[in-house]
Amino acid sequence: METYYHPHDLSKFAEMGKGNKELWEKFIGYYGAVFAEGALSEREKALIALGVAHAVQCPYCIDAYTQACLEKGSNVEEMTEAVHVACAIRGGSSLVHGVQMRNVVDKLSM
Amino acid sequence: MGLTLISRRDPLASSQEQLRRLSAAKDCPPFEAKLATAGLQPLHAAGITVFQINVGKFCNQTCRHCHVDAGPERTEQMTRETAELCIRALSQTDIPTVDITGGAPELNPNFRWLVERARALGRQVIDRCNLTVLLLKPQAGLAEFLASNRVEMVASLPYFQSSQTDAQRGDGVFEKSILAMQMLNRLGYGVEGSGLSLNLVHNPVGAFLPAKQDAAEAQFRRELSRRHGVTFNHLYTITNMPISRFLEFLIESGNYEGYMERLANAFNPAAAAGVMCRYTLSVGWEGTLYDCDFNQMLDLPLANGTPRHIRDFDLAKLNGRRIVTANHCYGCTAGSGSSCGGAVT
Repeated sequence: METYYHPHDLSKFAEMGKGNKELWEKFIGYYGAVFAEGALSEREKALIALGVAHAVQCPYCIDAYTQACLEKGSNVEEMTEAVHVACAIRGGSSLVHGVQMRNVVDKLSM
Repeated sequence: MGLTLISRRDPLASSQEQLRRLSAAKDCPPFEAKLATAGLQPLHAAGITVFQINVGKFCNQTCRHCHVDAGPERTEQMTRETAELCIRALSQTDIPTVDITGGAPELNPNFRWLVERARALGRQVIDRCNLTVLLLKPQAGLAEFLASNRVEMVASLPYFQSSQTDAQRGDGVFEKSILAMQMLNRLGYGVEGSGLSLNLVHNPVGAFLPAKQDAAEAQFRRELSRRHGVTFNHLYTITNMPISRFLEFLIESGNYEGYMERLANAFNPAAAAGVMCRYTLSVGWEGTLYDCDFNQMLDLPLANGTPRHIRDFDLAKLNGRRIVTANHCYGCTAGSGSSCGGAVT
C-alpha cells in the first residue's frame, strides 16, 4: 500500500547529510550530546523523548524511542505515563486557550 | 507452561534448520565478514579460564527465550562417568573457574558430586540457577549445600516486576524467584562481607538489546530492595541469542529480520575481541567439547584438529584453537557485548 511513511526510511536518516554535510554533522553531534548521560540519565532522557515523540506525532520517533526506552530498562507502565504527560500537555494547551475564548466572549457580550 | 520445540516436533528443534535461518537473514552480513573488518578473523582462543559444564537439558521450567530448549520432558543428562572425565581433565590444569549449567543443573543426580570434586580441587564453582529449583521439595537442603561449598550463584531474573518475568519464564516464576532470593539472603548470599556471591542475570523480555549493565544494576538494586527487601552482588546483562526458542519467538512475532539487523548494526569490535569463547571451554552432557554453550546447542563442535571429546582433553591443543563462528555470534558482540558474565566492555 502506498503511504507517505515507510518504517525502513528511519535507517536512511543519515542520508540527510548528503545535502549539507556540515549542518548534518553539527546536528548529529548536538543530538548525541543531548542524549548522553548528564544531570538526567539516558533512561530519563529516552522517556522524555518518547513523550515528545507522541506530542509531535512522529512515527519514526515513536518507533525509535519505544525501542530505546526498552533498551534502557524502562517498562511499559513508565512509558505509558510518559505518553500521558505528553497528552496532558497537549490537551492542557488546547484547554488553556479557552481563556482566550472567554476573553473574547466577555468583550463581545453585553 | 509451553512445551519444548523438540516435543512439539517443531522444525526449529533441528540445529541445521536454525543455522539455515541464521545464514539467510537479510540485512545481516556473514559474521566472519564483520570480524574481518575488525581484524579479528579468524578468531582464536586465548587460553582457558572457564571450564563450563552443561550437565543436561532437564529443567523444571520452559522459558520462552531458552537457548537450550530445556524443559521437564527432556531426558538428556550427564552421567557420572562423563562427570568423572570432566574432573579428571580439570585436575590436569589450573583453570580457576568451573561453571555448571543446564537445564537446571541442580536436577542432575551428579550435580552435588561435581560441585564437591571441583571444590576439592580448589576451583571456584558457579551454579547457573533458575532460582525456583531451590524451592522444589525433593531439593530440600540444596541452598545450604551450595552455601557450605561457597558456590557462586548466577541466578536468572529478567526484570524486577512479575509481569515481565512471568511472560518470559512462566506464570508464578517471579514470586517464587523472590522467595528463593530471600532464602539465599538469609544464608548470607548477596550480603556484604559474607563472601557468598549472588549475581543476577537480566535478559531482555523481548526483541531488543539489554540496558547498560551499570544502569540496570542500579535500577534492579533499588527496586528489589524497596519492593522485596532482596539484596544481590552484581547484575549481568545478557543479550538474547537468536537460536532455539528465542528464534521461534522472533520468527513468530515478525521480529526476526529486524533483530538480526539490530545485532549486526550494533557490532562492537571491542566486544568481539573480548568474547567469552576466547577464554571458555564448554563441555556437553555427552562429553563433547564446544567453544561455548550456544555452539553446543547448534551442534557446532570444535574446529578440526582439536580434541572433540572430554576423554581426549589436551590443554595445549585447546588453548589457542580457532573458534567456530556463525551469525548467532552477533548476539555476543552487539553493543556492550554479552557473555555468561554479562557485558564485555
